[in-house]
Amino acid sequence: MSVRARPLSPHLDIYRWGIGMTLSIVHRATGVFLALGLPALTYWLVALASDAPTYARAMRLLLSPVGLVLLMGWTFSFFYHLLNGVRHLLWDVGLGFESSERRTSGWLAIAGALLSTAAVWMLLWQFKRL
Amino acid sequence: MSLRSPLGRALGLGSAKAGTEHWWAQRVSAVALIPLTLWFLFSLLLLPNLGHETVRAWLQFPLSGFLAILLVAVLAYHSYLGATVIVEDYVHTEGLKILGLLSLQFLHVLVGGAGIFAILHVAFGS
Repeated sequence: MSVRARPLSPHLDIYRWGIGMTLSIVHRATGVFLALGLPALTYWLVALASDAPTYARAMRLLLSPVGLVLLMGWTFSFFYHLLNGVRHLLWDVGLGFESSERRTSGWLAIAGALLSTAAVWMLLWQFKRL
Repeated sequence: MSLRSPLGRALGLGSAKAGTEHWWAQRVSAVALIPLTLWFLFSLLLLPNLGHETVRAWLQFPLSGFLAILLVAVLAYHSYLGATVIVEDYVHTEGLKILGLLSLQFLHVLVGGAGIFAILHVAFGS
């Protein structure tokens, strides 16, 4: 069956940029990245269920330079997805729809995620729990 | 009264009739994950260290093991729901889409199941 090409409504590129656009796609991107962290969490749990040398090897891998970068990325993604997710939940109950409120809460989500990530890793470093 | 054209109906176009349920499940799991993830993060941060013995001892507390199992289960479910929407959004070749959705189901059950089994192994192991 051949379908004639139908006219499409104007898409993303005709709109003036707004913070909401970036926040939205970052929410999805962090979601994907966090989903990729799920196997890492399971790997860590399985290593925990194994003997001490296996667990030590898993921890060395997770705390290697690449592992650390990933873990920090997951920490930021987690906090951002959490905070922006709360924005979505508030919208679902009808709160915070004004454009000024949306902008403020958006920037709050970003700032909150950055600060929380920094706080978690500073705590980890401070107490040398790594 | 339906506003759908007879042709559209015959071609099977229109809604998949499962949107609201999916959307709702996404929200319910999101709400559940707020306390579960924060509990997990703070528990790990408050442990004296992240050594084999310490973490195992923590996970062997009945409440810790139980909440950890809930966390992994809801995490895998929420991840599955989100990943499904992304495949549906971006993969338009029918065969590839079904393969992608099927893979997501298998992978999430596999990863979630292995995580839960590991927690049970720690909790009930010596």
